[in-house]
Amino acid sequence: MTPAVYLDYNATTPVRPEAAAAVADALALTGNASSVHRFGRLARRKLEDAREAVAALVGAPAERVVFTSGGTEANNLALTGTGRTRRLVSAGEHDSVLNAAAGVEGGAERIPLRRDGVVDLDALEARLGEDSRPALVSVMLANNETGVIQPVARAAETAHGRGALVHCDAVQGAGKIPVDMAALGVDLLSLSAHKLGGPQGVGALIVAEGLELAPLMRGGGQERRHRAGTENLPGIAGFGAAAECALAGLERMAGLAELRDRLERRLRARAPEIKIYGAGAPRLPNTSCFGVPGLAAEIQVIALDLAGIAVSAGAACSSGKVAPSHVLGAMGASEAEAGSAIRVSLGWDSGAAGIERFLEAWSALYSRSARGTPAGEPGGLISAGGTTR
Amino acid sequence: MSEHGATAAEGTERPIYLDYQATTPCDPRVVEAMLPFFTERFGNPHSVHHGYGGQAEAAVETARAQVAALIGAEPREIVFTSGATEANNLAIKGVARFHRERRGHLVSCTTEHKCVLEAVRRLEREGLRVTRLAVGADGLVDLAELEAALTEETALVTIMAVNNEIGVIQPLAEIGALCRARGALFHSDAAQAVGKIPLDVEAMKIDLLSISGHKVYGPMGVGALYVRRRPRVRLEPLFDGGGQERGLRSGTLPLPLCVGLGAACAIAQREMAEESERLGRLRRRLHDGITARLSGVQVNGDPERRIAGNLNLSFAGVDGESLIAAMPGIAVSTGSACTSASVEPSYVLRALGLGDDLAGASIRIGLGRYTTEAEIDTAIETIAAAVTRLRGTGTRAAE
Repeated sequence: MTPAVYLDYNATTPVRPEAAAAVADALALTGNASSVHRFGRLARRKLEDAREAVAALVGAPAERVVFTSGGTEANNLALTGTGRTRRLVSAGEHDSVLNAAAGVEGGAERIPLRRDGVVDLDALEARLGEDSRPALVSVMLANNETGVIQPVARAAETAHGRGALVHCDAVQGAGKIPVDMAALGVDLLSLSAHKLGGPQGVGALIVAEGLELAPLMRGGGQERRHRAGTENLPGIAGFGAAAECALAGLERMAGLAELRDRLERRLRARAPEIKIYGAGAPRLPNTSCFGVPGLAAEIQVIALDLAGIAVSAGAACSSGKVAPSHVLGAMGASEAEAGSAIRVSLGWDSGAAGIERFLEAWSALYSRSARGTPAGEPGGLISAGGTTR
Repeated sequence: MSEHGATAAEGTERPIYLDYQATTPCDPRVVEAMLPFFTERFGNPHSVHHGYGGQAEAAVETARAQVAALIGAEPREIVFTSGATEANNLAIKGVARFHRERRGHLVSCTTEHKCVLEAVRRLEREGLRVTRLAVGADGLVDLAELEAALTEETALVTIMAVNNEIGVIQPLAEIGALCRARGALFHSDAAQAVGKIPLDVEAMKIDLLSISGHKVYGPMGVGALYVRRRPRVRLEPLFDGGGQERGLRSGTLPLPLCVGLGAACAIAQREMAEESERLGRLRRRLHDGITARLSGVQVNGDPERRIAGNLNLSFAGVDGESLIAAMPGIAVSTGSACTSASVEPSYVLRALGLGDDLAGASIRIGLGRYTTEAEIDTAIETIAAAVTRLRGTGTRAAE
């Protein structure tokens, strides 16, 4: 069965045609980018072109881009590579940041989120002041579950004022909103290709000038000794092409907010008790995370899947598990609330028709649930403005 | 290479690719298997609740079974990684760090791939004790030396299956038996061996084995680590995150790349025997053709116990780099691609006992799936002519 409506772009995106073409082109090439012969030089040229394109997406110099196998590796390299054992991370970070930070000596200190999903900068400043050891602060650009955009530039200013280094996991933000590494003022920035229309299996860590990292993987000295291993040329070429498209498509991406907001208005109209997470904060234009009491997330996801619609119950990497979302928990949601939240995320080829299909299927499910107003009753007509929260 | 030379090489004439140990072209059948997964069949294999994710998961599991079948393993013993470098780092650091309290000794070999040497060196700096076995003039480890090196403290022995520069095949089954007898785990970097020679982790008593996609006509950016389950091998992950791959390797699995690696392994399993025989014939033709035309040619590494697709030769009195530069029509290398920008003579060849002169006079010729007899004949004439020319001008150039 192939579902017709894909609304899980924060889990992974279909590869953009331009990126697929770049991958296919590179697959037809033979050559190890480290080889000095013609085959190797052609591979190297493709690699460096892609490096330029990825750098351009985040306004960084190309030579600061270190290609990795994905966002998880980039985050791990950032969190362990600086040698700083005091780590402060926002409580809403992706598992790869939380676990990398916690998995090393010294552990990690979590900076709480406010109820709207934004990291508490006062708490960050207070924590930094409690201890004079040089720290590493990690604050994501945008949350993968709620889409809430974090005040990274202000966090970086605060952290730098206390002598800390700053890492930003920009995996979900890049390609959805403009990113300028210099304006953010961060020292390390993680990217993933498959979240912005590129292939899986490739990502990057952008390392600010002057900062050297201890590698996770040692070997042939590729990527300026930051990351050993033969470069994944087709993946990197696809990443480059996707980055170019993503940069050119930022305006269209911004336009998705209208679609998302319409979805949320209609949901509120249908289910006035709905809770939309992060709705009061700046959010990515493509993401909506919401729940109604008593309607379990798993039931929604499975029923929607049967109706041919793909959404998720939180982060994909943990969706095989039953643990409630740590992100929603950090925003003050109860376990029951977090357990009823689903995420709809739109992408570069989403359209209004898919949203209609979703609304139809979700409304039907809502009606069947104990809490739902039977379909056709006035519930759908009230409070179209949406003032639940 | 001169600017003029570079331009000529970049012309319409495509050089003959004879560098299959650096990377193999992706087999068109593998590309065909992968491409749909980049587009219409995409999905995050971890999104188990919707159809996209379910299909993706099924495709990954098929690939896992294909990889496992090629080395006599069970599918769930295969952990996908970003390549052999990651697999080697995961195996070596993961096992050593997990067992360091009770067993703080590692055994390796001086001719390992750079990433194994570096991972071992890192552990040594962390306080582990390391024994590095020398190799004989044939490039093979001495089993008596290995046996003498093993102690109750030995956590891991890491010895490659096939050397990337000289193609020699280490006595894996004998090494495995010695390790098992002493309770040490045996890891083998099999990046150059998988799909080239039969491997059986049971018969060879291998506990961990590293696989590379782009050395077996699969895609770059993917590899695998075999991790034995019975008895269970315990190791620490290299990095943390969503807990994919049974907690050993976090990160979204690159679905198309996993599919590609699986397809490549399935093809290798079907065609390995025939391909190896064909390449063996071509290599003999190459060797005989060169030695019939030139004297002062030496084969580096055991002439018999090597993979069919590798010939590493030293040409007395000739500088390897100059030789390569003199042959824009064929793509060969002086050694490992990772270190090919380095001007140091190969540490592998020096470990065989070669002096700087002969080590610096070597080239690695890698034959593979798309190598033809006509290409070999062209290569013979090209090499013979270039060596003769360089030897003729050698004295003048040195003045």
